[in-house]
Amino acid sequence: MAVTAVTPSSAIPARHRVVARRRIWQGVVVGFLLLATALAVALLVTILGYVIVRGLPAIDLAFFTERPRPFGEPGGGIGPSLLGTAVLAAVSGAIAIPIGMAAAIFVVEYRSGRFAAPVRLSAELIAGLPSIVIGVFVWALLVRGLVGHYAAIAGAVALAVIMVPIVARTVEEVLKLVPSSLREAALALGAPRWKVILSIVLPTARAGVLTAAILALARSAGETAPLLLTALGNDFFSTDSLRPIAALPLQIYRYAIAPYDDWHTKAWGASLVLVFVIGAVGLLLRVVARQRVR
Amino acid sequence: MSVTMQETKQRETPSGAERTSTPVADPALPAPRSIALRTEKLSAYYGAAQAVGDVDLTFEVGAVTAIIGPSGCGKSTLLRCLNRMHETTPGARATGRVRLGDVDVYAPATDPVEVRSMVGMVFQKPNPFPMMSVYDNVAAGPRLRGWKMSRREMDDLVERNLRRAALWDEVKDKLHRSGAALSGGQQQRLCIARALATDPSVLLMDEPCSALDPIATYKIEELVRELSHEVTIVIVTHNMQQASRVSERTAFMLAADDGVGRLVEFGKTDDLFTLPRDPRTEAYITGRFG
Repeated sequence: MAVTAVTPSSAIPARHRVVARRRIWQGVVVGFLLLATALAVALLVTILGYVIVRGLPAIDLAFFTERPRPFGEPGGGIGPSLLGTAVLAAVSGAIAIPIGMAAAIFVVEYRSGRFAAPVRLSAELIAGLPSIVIGVFVWALLVRGLVGHYAAIAGAVALAVIMVPIVARTVEEVLKLVPSSLREAALALGAPRWKVILSIVLPTARAGVLTAAILALARSAGETAPLLLTALGNDFFSTDSLRPIAALPLQIYRYAIAPYDDWHTKAWGASLVLVFVIGAVGLLLRVVARQRVR
Repeated sequence: MSVTMQETKQRETPSGAERTSTPVADPALPAPRSIALRTEKLSAYYGAAQAVGDVDLTFEVGAVTAIIGPSGCGKSTLLRCLNRMHETTPGARATGRVRLGDVDVYAPATDPVEVRSMVGMVFQKPNPFPMMSVYDNVAAGPRLRGWKMSRREMDDLVERNLRRAALWDEVKDKLHRSGAALSGGQQQRLCIARALATDPSVLLMDEPCSALDPIATYKIEELVRELSHEVTIVIVTHNMQQASRVSERTAFMLAADDGVGRLVEFGKTDDLFTLPRDPRTEAYITGRFG
């Protein structure tokens, strides 16, 4: 390498001087990193901005409360979808959060057991499955099988299958953060293992566990493909678990594939609402996470 | 104190009668003392690697016994074998016998949870439960064990044990603040109070002062001497001065070339530090290694 110092200074020995070529490389690398970062931010701003610009005209109070109308009738909104998404989140959360937490507790607290590794592996494999495949599976199992027709419960089960590995893996990471010295202290006090988990480990990790649950709910709220094959969608307000139910992503899909400009605007409006809900959840998470540090 | 507690206490201290008559150490008149804890050919392993080999030790009721030795000599592992905490490390196991009063600690029928109920443990780094208040930390043991106690009885228990740990005066106005907000020395005394709250007959201390400053260390040592009148104490330390200050008997351990920690010498602390019988002990206490 050519030893041509940029600022030759007799005070700095030659082998400690920074050569010109290194300075150029430094500039190139930093420039590339800045460009890539700017592109990523620009993409995010563009998408968000476009959704806001296109969606905002659809937003008024009636948009949130009314049910979709047939084309030609003025008005119509996403009321049933909001209700349906809330119902689906509640039911799928009630199924998936306990199962995912139990799996995480098992993997972390009984990691020496021979089943821990298979449990973790299967959680990772389920997390890697395309959600449409989960939809097809639940469709075959419940829609064509046990229930016999499209139903809200089938949608909730499909979302739960997607949520379980997310909950399991996030809670696993959170439980690992609980210092083992606390488990030791509790064990040394003569507490049985299950009580150490319930009384010491989970309360210590409660903020993280809450974060994991909300994260999984937010993720499932945006899922579309498995719901197409299970919950189907519904233009009417419904909370019946055995009948088709509306959901925000389904409503966006339905409005968007129609050939009417008015419905396209409504699709953008519904998208804006979905993005806002998930974004608000993300912000809430930040607040919770910050409280955990305390 | 509730009925449940008294029953528990009687069960946990089979030698309680002797304990009250235990005199303070007097080398001139060695009083016969009963044995709180005894190990026979105790060996400990981490997977295939042996860490402790064939240790025979006796711990007298109401005395402070120090276990000293350089890092890696197996002294902490030995301590953790005494209440079956060793086996909570994945892959770890122990062989040989440990007798705690009349209890055969490693008998197949013995439940490790019950063993740990009879023995208190204080760790190297203060580890109060961070989401619990000072009060709840002391009450944690009884609650984790499901003792049925009224609010008043629990208040009394918490105050009594904070006093035993010489912490009451410093925390009585902040009982319901987080235990993690105390200073390091106070946290360690809180951990001692927590360990005492379930009335153990033996208290194991694993280098309890190694994370503390000299003043906090002094307070803990003072406390150890105080407590030795009511509970049998085994203290692991790498600090020889500490061993000579607090203990009546000292065990010196050393890891051989095969990495297995063995007992080199065991005797009265004064004798071991002034007239060591084994040249390796002499080399260690005179600072030639370790």
